[in-house]
Amino acid sequence: MSESRIGEETAQGLAANSLWQLITVRFREYTREPEALFWSFGFPILLAIGLGIAFRSKPADLVHVAVVNNGPRATPLADALRRDKGLAIEQLAPDSAAVALRTGRVALVVLPDSGGGVRYEFDDTRPDARIARLMVNDAVQRGAGRGDVLPITEQQVRERGSRYIDFVVPGLLGMTIMGGGIWGLGFSIVDQRRKNLLKRLVATPMSRAQYLASYVISRFVLLFVEAGVLLGASALLFGVPMRGSLIGIAMIVVVSALSFGGIGLLIASRSKTIEGVSGLMNLTMLPMWVLSGVFFSSENFPGAVQPFIKALPLTATNDALRATMLRGVDLPGLWPQLAVLTIWMVLSFSVALKIFRWR
Amino acid sequence: MSSLNQSVPALFVRQLHKHYGDVRAVDGLDLSVAPGECFGLLGPNGAGKTTTIEICEGLLSADSGDVQLLGLNWDQNEKELRQRLGIQLQETELAAKLTVEETVRLFRSFYSRGRSVDDVIHLVQLDEKRTARLGKLSGGQRQRVALACAIVGDPDLLFLDEPTTGLDPQSRRQLWDLITEFKARGRTIMLTTHYMDEAQILCDRVAVVDHGKVIALGTPRDLIGSLGAEHVVDFALGEGQDGLDDPTLRGLEGVRAVRRVADRYELQVGALHRTIPALLSLLAQRNLVLSHLTTHSATLEDVFVSLTGRQLRDE
Repeated sequence: MSESRIGEETAQGLAANSLWQLITVRFREYTREPEALFWSFGFPILLAIGLGIAFRSKPADLVHVAVVNNGPRATPLADALRRDKGLAIEQLAPDSAAVALRTGRVALVVLPDSGGGVRYEFDDTRPDARIARLMVNDAVQRGAGRGDVLPITEQQVRERGSRYIDFVVPGLLGMTIMGGGIWGLGFSIVDQRRKNLLKRLVATPMSRAQYLASYVISRFVLLFVEAGVLLGASALLFGVPMRGSLIGIAMIVVVSALSFGGIGLLIASRSKTIEGVSGLMNLTMLPMWVLSGVFFSSENFPGAVQPFIKALPLTATNDALRATMLRGVDLPGLWPQLAVLTIWMVLSFSVALKIFRWR
Repeated sequence: MSSLNQSVPALFVRQLHKHYGDVRAVDGLDLSVAPGECFGLLGPNGAGKTTTIEICEGLLSADSGDVQLLGLNWDQNEKELRQRLGIQLQETELAAKLTVEETVRLFRSFYSRGRSVDDVIHLVQLDEKRTARLGKLSGGQRQRVALACAIVGDPDLLFLDEPTTGLDPQSRRQLWDLITEFKARGRTIMLTTHYMDEAQILCDRVAVVDHGKVIALGTPRDLIGSLGAEHVVDFALGEGQDGLDDPTLRGLEGVRAVRRVADRYELQVGALHRTIPALLSLLAQRNLVLSHLTTHSATLEDVFVSLTGRQLRDE
């Protein structure tokens, strides 16, 4: 009897708490918006699955080579080349061989010449053509009696962590954190300002700090679910490794979520229209999607812009996530990225709070 | 309520000024609202009503002038004032995805004291809609949710900015009942409206506002009485007919004032049973035929027209 009364009062106490109310409102608005659920959970997983299939590790491709039927030497030469399992050999008439080379169906055309030698035709800017040239030449020379001068041994290594899917999953997680912070705060706050709801709320005794805290806290809870689902799904489906500590990953997620939350708040701090804030959000996120190494390494950009790229918050997030997930780097080794993120966080929050338009 | 000192006005405004660019939205406005009074700010759109009420609500800052609420002011007592005021803004879209109960509960959580969520929902007659999302409600129902949010903190002073604008007649009457009920609890209400009937029914006193200034102040009855006429006769003559001049009309028994609006004549009269026969015999004498004749009791609308020479709703 007395126990149930205590329980009741606690429930009332919590229900009467304004921070709790604000946070539950955030969740209700979120979970009652099916599109939002898809964009934060379904989309990153679908993207990971799509990319995982497109870039799956497969046995090394066969190298396609044409041997031109221009005389009696063609067939023995083709048979000799067929012994190399890495080569796919077809015998073609001269003109169809030329077409096959031009359209890229074969990487190399082999012509037995009248002097007993062999002529190669290929496009030297194509990597697979250069490989074909090396493989075919090796087979031709061996067939003519050339042997190895040095003895060699080989070991083939295919390791988890060096595949494309392993590269892209941390990038997708970083992108999710950025999107959640920027869309999650930006849209909702501007929508409330546009509808005069923000003004209505500041006309009550509501604490403004609690209002903003409700966004940050609800983002955190959602983010841990999102990150858990994305990492869990990629570990299960693709065996993406998690070499670093969970605490390290959690720390990166928290700090980057705070800095993107601050950036989201800054973007939302003045806008009165959804169109206005959408433009600002795209302007902020688009360069980072391209530059910050989500889908391909940011090292591809020239050295001169690297310091700028490294200073972007998404680059810092992606680099830190990759370092800990793929290489097992622990927290102390992540300080440069965490420092970049902390600077973004402090700057964006302090400017946003200063210029925030409550009415 | 007993703690409230009756000698301190619930709302006191002196020489309020606010301009936007070249436009003087509020131009030296004075007001004093007594505790327990329902006070109406009446005027056409653009008269400065909303600017005035939002300055009182602490949502806008004035260029100059004094505002005191419940003996407190925004500079020093913001926290306490926020707890003691109830506010309904002119256009607020509350979150469409939340239910009535969730919305009222959210607003209740901001106030340290107040009424229970159930009571307030019952008071605004939305018991059956408590689990309905706001997006599914009618305009009148949504406006009642907004009122519920404004009174859930059990305010000493309630601000209502155009509470029934855009509602159908039935919803308006329903809201009037709710406001009257709140008033019966002895709380002070300040509302703005451009509906004369609304002010006449709800307000103990009204201030007629035009171009950011109070141009008339009093009880609706006094203001109408100031016309010196209880009725208005509105008539028009058949096509092509003329020949009535103002002095002739003013000479008719019981006529206090004459106004002409296009081809219409408007007579403010004290007693219809004297004026109408006199008017009809005058027309018969001159062989003039009526194409239109109506009478109505004088309203605040007529007060506004006689003060400004303009119709309220044409604005």
